[in-house]
Amino acid sequence: MEFQFTEDQTALQEGIRSFCEGRFPFDGIAELEKAPFSKELWAELAEMGVFGLRLPEDQGGVGLGMADAAIVFAELGRRVVPGPTVWGAALASVIDGVASGEVVVSGLDTRLASPAGMTLVDYGDQLDVLVVLRSDGVYRVEGSALSGELVEEPLDPLTPMLAVTDLPQGEKIGDNDLAHQIRVEATLLASAFFLGMAESTVEYAVAYAKGREQFDRPIAGFQAIKHIAADMYVKQEMARAAVYAAACTFDDPEIGNPIRAIASARVVAGEAAMHNARKCVQIYGGMGFTWEMPPHYYLKRTFVLENTLGTGEFASEIVARHIDAA
Amino acid sequence: MDLRYSDADEKFRRELRSWLDQEVPKHGAPPPRSDWDARRDYDMGWQKKLFEAGYAGVNWPSEYGGRGATLTEELVYYEEYARAKAPYVGMNFVGLRHGGPTVIAEGTELQKQTHLPKILRGDEVWCQGFSEPSAGSDLAALKTTAIRDGDHYVVNGQKTWTSFAQKADFCELLVRTNPEVPKHGGISWVIMPMDLPGISISPIDTIRGESDFAEMFLEDVRVPVEHLVGEENDGWRITNVTLRFERGSAWAQDIYELKEFLSDMAEVARNITSDGATAWDDIGLRREAGHLAAEADSLWALMKWQLGEVARTGMPGIGGSALKLAFTELNQRVYEFGTRLMGRMGLSRTDLAGHRNGYTVDTFLNTLSLTIAAGSSQVQRNIISERILGMPKEKR
Repeated sequence: MEFQFTEDQTALQEGIRSFCEGRFPFDGIAELEKAPFSKELWAELAEMGVFGLRLPEDQGGVGLGMADAAIVFAELGRRVVPGPTVWGAALASVIDGVASGEVVVSGLDTRLASPAGMTLVDYGDQLDVLVVLRSDGVYRVEGSALSGELVEEPLDPLTPMLAVTDLPQGEKIGDNDLAHQIRVEATLLASAFFLGMAESTVEYAVAYAKGREQFDRPIAGFQAIKHIAADMYVKQEMARAAVYAAACTFDDPEIGNPIRAIASARVVAGEAAMHNARKCVQIYGGMGFTWEMPPHYYLKRTFVLENTLGTGEFASEIVARHIDAA
Repeated sequence: MDLRYSDADEKFRRELRSWLDQEVPKHGAPPPRSDWDARRDYDMGWQKKLFEAGYAGVNWPSEYGGRGATLTEELVYYEEYARAKAPYVGMNFVGLRHGGPTVIAEGTELQKQTHLPKILRGDEVWCQGFSEPSAGSDLAALKTTAIRDGDHYVVNGQKTWTSFAQKADFCELLVRTNPEVPKHGGISWVIMPMDLPGISISPIDTIRGESDFAEMFLEDVRVPVEHLVGEENDGWRITNVTLRFERGSAWAQDIYELKEFLSDMAEVARNITSDGATAWDDIGLRREAGHLAAEADSLWALMKWQLGEVARTGMPGIGGSALKLAFTELNQRVYEFGTRLMGRMGLSRTDLAGHRNGYTVDTFLNTLSLTIAAGSSQVQRNIISERILGMPKEKR
């Protein structure tokens, strides 16, 4: 047992981090808002191996494990990278052309509530394929068959939504086992994305508090602020351990119960992302309530992911079902 | 990243599990908390069995009679110990987890030979004389004085929260040996025999009723100078030594017990019926249990992550504060949940008709002490924000 990054994993993290920081600098985020997502961006992410990471090399992938994928997705989360990246990585083995970046894919789980007769599809106007997880299995819908209006004001400015009124049934491509597998893998990747967001908001909040002076001193010196930051840090640490433990358990199921481990990671990481984003807004004070500061992007993306594969409450229920089998 | 135990770890697990399965039921149930003689026999008797089987001091170096286990064997030990519901360390707590490790790190050869084998064998009970009425979170403000008089220190003062003072043979005592220097620089760490004249004990009634704690009054107690551990006035540094010894695993057994307890509570809930449904059919209750279990899972993972850091760097990080804070807060919520699940049974502090209601509510009450002791949650948040996040210190 050595529950720490290997040298290769540290190198992987550094590589993806420097890509994300260069490609998504915070001072360019206003520009990004004008066109948050494109086929070119998707192809760049594919080039970095984001989607094909876990595919065997003879299928055009990199042949790495879920632990490595979690490292990559935490880095995407740190920069709130736009695009249906979680679905891309979870569906690379199901839909041809995703790993290479030729096919833009997203997913939709029909268990999640949406207003009657209308479904909000992330990046719905940019998709080649939408994979729909229904109660009886997995369906493939061509992007060209999706019709609807773009939501005028999506909650997350980096996640445009297409309001689809008549979601096509699509072609059945898999049974419930496949649907289950996709959900489990995507949930873990989303948890890693949550982790990265939870880390970034701690860093932003602490840096801001050190620079912001009131009563003639940095507000970072006030215990009231320090204790909020300490709690944010603890949530981040718990999320990191849970996410990587779940990824290791997925890669080596003999060491535990991957379903419980992944659901636990989802609960803790989702809560860390939400808590830390809210507290980051709070520590920024009035500036945290402005559009130009970073915290709101994290808060809003957290809500997108919270409504992507089932809520934290639902994940708690899954842990409860497996409470006798750690 | 790798979470797999080695074959050697699994072999150790099988041997330990089979021994615990045989010995734990034989040792029986713990005596009433108010019966101090019986408690000493129970706690020390179990320690003797552990020693004879080679399981005492699992993380102590083998040169001092410990098992010298690897970090992963230590984790296996805590998992199996919790799973078997083996006896709580009880009166051996201070000797095994605190005083002994400090003597290992800082004591003289004579001090090691005198105390370590007896602690491991269950022949020597230790108590802790750290806190004082006006030195709690600000421990370094302690006032108990030790004035050198020939071959002795003459000790005067008052200690409080002295755990197991009633039955202890020795006390790990913090005293002020130099009042002239800033408070951290004038403290010494001594081993005080509890049979010296001038020591009087007054039990503290806690919210649990009976208590492991006492007030201790010291009046001209003459402690031989050879009982000083380390250098005079170096006691504050020595006080932090046990933190290093613990390698970040201090809460491992308690965290694993949370996972076990939540699983037990699910079983309890499945057996509570009302209006034709069980308590476990209540989705709100299930989600609360699942949420708590998810947090316990993540703490167990965090423990392993921090041990990985220790293995890599050779030193436990300051991250232990995060684990202490998170564990003690979660611990309260878990046992509060258990107590609520007990419903009206939880209104009795005594176990009723074979149920664990008394155990559950008593444990819940005890969890309230853990967010206060050993650096309160607020102190831990200061440590995290200042030493990890680099936020400015407040004037203290």
